[in-house]
Order: sequence, then C-alpha cells, then structure tokens
Amino acid sequence: MKAGRYGVYGGQYVPETLMSALIELEETYGRVHEDPEFSRRLDWYLHEYAGRETPLTYCENLSRDLGCRVYLKREDLLHGGAHKLNNTLGQALMAKFMGKRRLIAETGAGQHGVATAIAGAALDLPVEVYMGEVDTRRQALNVFRMELLGARVIPVASGSRTLKDAINAAMRDWVANLRDTHYLLGSCVGPHPFPRIVRDFQSVIGEEARRQVLEREGRLPDTVVACVGGGSNAIGIFYPFVSDDVALVGVEAGGEGLDTPHHGASLSRGSVGVFQGALSYLLQDGDGQALETHSIAAGLDHPSVGPEHAMLKDSGRVRYEAVTDAEALKAFRYLSRTEGIIPALESAHAVAYALRAAGDLGEDGILVINLSGRGDKDVADVAKIPRGAA
Amino acid sequence: MSRIDGLFARKNPVFIGFTVAGDPGIGASFRVAKAMIDAGVDLLEIAIPYSDPVADGPVIERAHLRALRAGTTPDDVFALVRQVREHAPEVPVVLFTYYNIIHRRGPGRFFAEAAAAGADGVLIVDLPSEESGEVAPFAARHGIDRIALIAPTTSPERQHAILREASGFVYLISLEGVTGERDRLPPGIAGLVGAVREKTDLALAVGFGVSRPEHVRTVVEAGANGVIVGSALVRIIEEHPGDWPGMHEALRTAIVALRRGLIPDPEPDIPRRERVEG
Repeated sequence: MKAGRYGVYGGQYVPETLMSALIELEETYGRVHEDPEFSRRLDWYLHEYAGRETPLTYCENLSRDLGCRVYLKREDLLHGGAHKLNNTLGQALMAKFMGKRRLIAETGAGQHGVATAIAGAALDLPVEVYMGEVDTRRQALNVFRMELLGARVIPVASGSRTLKDAINAAMRDWVANLRDTHYLLGSCVGPHPFPRIVRDFQSVIGEEARRQVLEREGRLPDTVVACVGGGSNAIGIFYPFVSDDVALVGVEAGGEGLDTPHHGASLSRGSVGVFQGALSYLLQDGDGQALETHSIAAGLDHPSVGPEHAMLKDSGRVRYEAVTDAEALKAFRYLSRTEGIIPALESAHAVAYALRAAGDLGEDGILVINLSGRGDKDVADVAKIPRGAA
Repeated sequence: MSRIDGLFARKNPVFIGFTVAGDPGIGASFRVAKAMIDAGVDLLEIAIPYSDPVADGPVIERAHLRALRAGTTPDDVFALVRQVREHAPEVPVVLFTYYNIIHRRGPGRFFAEAAAAGADGVLIVDLPSEESGEVAPFAARHGIDRIALIAPTTSPERQHAILREASGFVYLISLEGVTGERDRLPPGIAGLVGAVREKTDLALAVGFGVSRPEHVRTVVEAGANGVIVGSALVRIIEEHPGDWPGMHEALRTAIVALRRGLIPDPEPDIPRRERVEG
C-alpha cells in the first residue's frame, strides 16, 4: 500500500502550496509519535484534564428492551461533551511541539470548534474557527461557547455556507499562513496525514472499550456500532477491533430517506471521487460536483467520508447502514427516557441502528454502541419539532 | 512546435488572462473570451467550474458558483474551447481544473475530449506531482501539455521533481495564499523566478495576486516570461451584471492597462517614442 493510502483511497490532492505543510506535518507526526515526552504530556491531558478513561456503561433497561447485553462507550462524558477532544488535545499539543503559534479549525455543529477552543485555551494557543453562516445561526449556543472559551468564530458566507465551506475556508487560511498556523482538522478526512493522525488520536476510544469489555465479560463483543459522518468516532472505536472476530457497523445519515436526495450517506449512496484532498466515497453529480447533503444531525451533514472507511467498506470488514432523521429522533427520545442519557443526534443514529438490529444477537450477545457525544446541544432544536412529526 | 511553445518563441513576455467558463452565462462566456483575446490576451486560461474551488479566493469562487448556477458542464467548457479555437487559431488555450472533474469523467476520456476541442494544456490545481501518475500517460498520448505549479513553499527537491514532468510553461505561484487581488506582491518573486530559471529552459509565468500594471512590471522585471491575471478580470464580470457594453469596455480597458506593465519602465531621459511595444 502506498504511503498515505488506504487501499486505493486517501492520497494528497491539494494545491502545491500546501504540500510543504503536509510534508512538515507528516515528519513532525512521525517524530512526536515516538517521543516519550509527547506521550507523557498527552496522557496527562487526556486523564487529568479531559477525564479519560470514559466508562463503558452496561445499560440494564436497554439490554432488557433489546434482548441482548448492551454497553455504551461514554464519550459523552469526556470534557466538552464529545469524543472530539481526544483529537484536538493531541493535535494542539503537536502544534506546540512544531512551534506553531496559532490554531485554526472548521466546525459544522460547533462540537469540533468547541473542542479546539478548549484545547487552545488549555495549551495557550489562540484559536480561530471557521463556521458556515447557516450553522452559526443554527448553533448559536456553540458560537457563544467558543467565544467564551476565547476563540474567534469566523462566519463563512460562501457556497452552501455549511461545514464543507468552512473546511474550504480553513484550507484557504492555512495556505496563506502555513508558517505559524496549524490547521486542526476535526475528522479523519482530508489529505494525508490527517486521516491517520485523527484515527490514531481517536483510537483511544476503541483501545479502552476493548479492554473494558474483556474485563467485564471475559470476551470480545459480537458487534460494535458507531455513527459515521466524516467518521472519526467510528474509526476511533473500530480500529482496535479490526483484526478481531467482531462485527463492525457504521451508521450513516439517512436524512429523509436514501431514495430521496436529502441525506448524507456517502458510503451507502455515493461514488468514488476526490474531495477536499482525498480520494474516497463522495455524494456527487455526474460531472463531479459535490452535492448538497442533509441530516438532522449537523455533524453527519457532509458529502464525503474518511478514506479508511472507504477501504473498510470495499473490503467488507465494516458494514455501513443508514438511519433516517425520524429513526434518530426516536432513538434520541428513547435513550433519554430509558437510560437517563441524552445522546447527541449524531450518536442517536448508532442507537437507532441498535434498536433496529439488536434482536438478531440473542440474549447472550454483546453489543457496544459508541455514544460519541451528549445531546444537550440538540435539546433546543428537538424541542421545536412537534412530537407527532417523528 | 506546440502552440504554447510557439507563442513563447514568438513573444516575450506574454500576457495570460483567466476566465471561468460559463461566467456570467454559457453563451456570454464566449463573448468574454473573445473580448479578452481581442484586447490583447496572448494565452487564455479557461477554468472548468467546480463546486469547491479551495485554491481560489472569494472573487474566483463566486465565478465558479455563478457558472454552475448557469448550468455549465464540462461539455459546455469543451464547446467554449472549440469556439475560441475557431475565433483565434493561434491563441493557446489552457484548461484550469480541479482534479475531481477529470477523475469523474475518467482521465482517458477527459484528455481525448480536451485535445479534440483544441486545448493545448491542462493545469490541475489540486494534483501535486505525487499523484500525477494518474493522468500523465493520457496527457502525453493526446499531446496536451501539463502545466506544472511551483509555489514559494516548494522545496528545491520538489522543484526538480515537478520540472521533470512539466511541459508548455511553468506556473509560478507568487505568494502563499489563494488567488485574489492584492495591493502589492511579495518581495520574494525575483528569488523564486531566479531559482526556477536555473533548473529549466521552460517559459515561466507568474500568477496569484497579479492585478495591477505595476505588478505586471514587477513580475517581468523579475525575469518571468509571462504574467497571469485572473481575479482582476473576473471581478469586472461580476461588477457588470447584465451590462455587456460596460463589461466589454471595462475588460478591454483593464487588459490594455495591464499590458502596459509588460513594457520596461522608461528611463526619464529616454524619449517616449523610442519605447518598443512588447
């Protein structure tokens, strides 16, 4: 396999101006990866600051309803309320080691922007976050949180004014400010080495979950489920299980249904294309133009997906399914009521899939769901949806 | 001799104009191209509109989106190249594109269609030399020059690797950033032109940020064989919606003014009439 490739996927499809920064990033990453001082400091931030390890919670009520043994990997309990901080602490510390003086990031729903603002504050690095203008209105509370954490939020008024345009804007900023700026990409997408860096920093989720389930059950789970937008929480929990005899299921945004144009299921319904620096699956038209996507969960509302997922789909190692907005909303309410845990709408997609499929496992079956984030950010939006509508 | 080589053999320095196909509309696009050539553009760079032009600043990005809203497809772009070819058989045309347009069509089909339409070169802005093996054989088979990009951040080793595959001319990116007008160009241009000049006999053209006659002069004085102007011309299209006579006149005036920068700055004691048109 070529460096930076996952099967045929991945690569570095970027303007020449960015190549020197990607080469520098790859070299630094190789170095800090081996550096005990880096590991020691990152461990400190993950344990003492962010609250790792996160629990693997056995859910009695959910298990009774689903007819198998159900565990939630509680990334919702990580500082900041989502798995995003695993990656932002890692990359912000790396930026420090590289001597960068400024962090930039993109954000859709605001979760990655908030996590970057937290890491920037903790590591004393100024943060600027690009956010689509539409999203700044939809997620006003997260804009306030980022500003409270000392970050500057820059609304992006170009294109569809959502996540993909925020990534475009951040890449443009990076091209112009390579020497002092680190672009803290929030998912396992983009050009090499970003997909690898993000996967490595997120793999702590799967490493812990694997150890925890072995301690608790004395064996590996039958199935691990995670939602997939760009795919960082999913690759983080899947990666340590890839060589095991464990079924892995990624759940994409089915939106209003896969037979409508309003969804974000790039693996289920996309085709192979180059987007934002990588070859992967992409929702595109016949000429190669990226399509507008839809999901009730802003974090899954994106036309492409990390290249490693593309490889795992083709090899059949991971099965990718889709869950509609209505199913996700139902799961959001269900988990809140049944377990007292309000999931992020993104994570509710994984829960919804479990509700649909768990019956197949049998009562001794073990199911692990990655609860990638908590749903406080979504409560106000869900409150506006009439009960009968979903 | 290819049309691009012929141009640089005949003229030095040359003026390269950039337009997005389908901006402001599919039909209007040819009138824009024709006006640019008639006003003195020596080589025309035609961009294929793309939904996510990350190497471009806001002015050119809006042009891409205007063209897409007008319904422009790659087929329309090839049709435009054919029209330009008929209007100005000697003016080289370079297609400027993001890679997914080529990937989606398949490089074999794309380069065959580009050649059949009469394009002379293709510049793929997001396909660095590491990935260019995917298109190289097809470009060669159809006699299309692959215009290489070198940035101020490109290391000397990468410059060598890039130049090994380059043909036609080399596009030097003047600054660290995206396309778009700037008040002044960075001071490092002469150094970049000089460093690349030592490594190749290909013509060198400088773009990104070049938007005023004095910028053109700076680039020429740095030793470049051509200048590329994009955003300054695209902005004129944006500023004249539905006003073809105004747009035409503004394009003509701007190109004539920018071209004056190609001529060396006259020494104060040299009489005006002795200046040579370039």
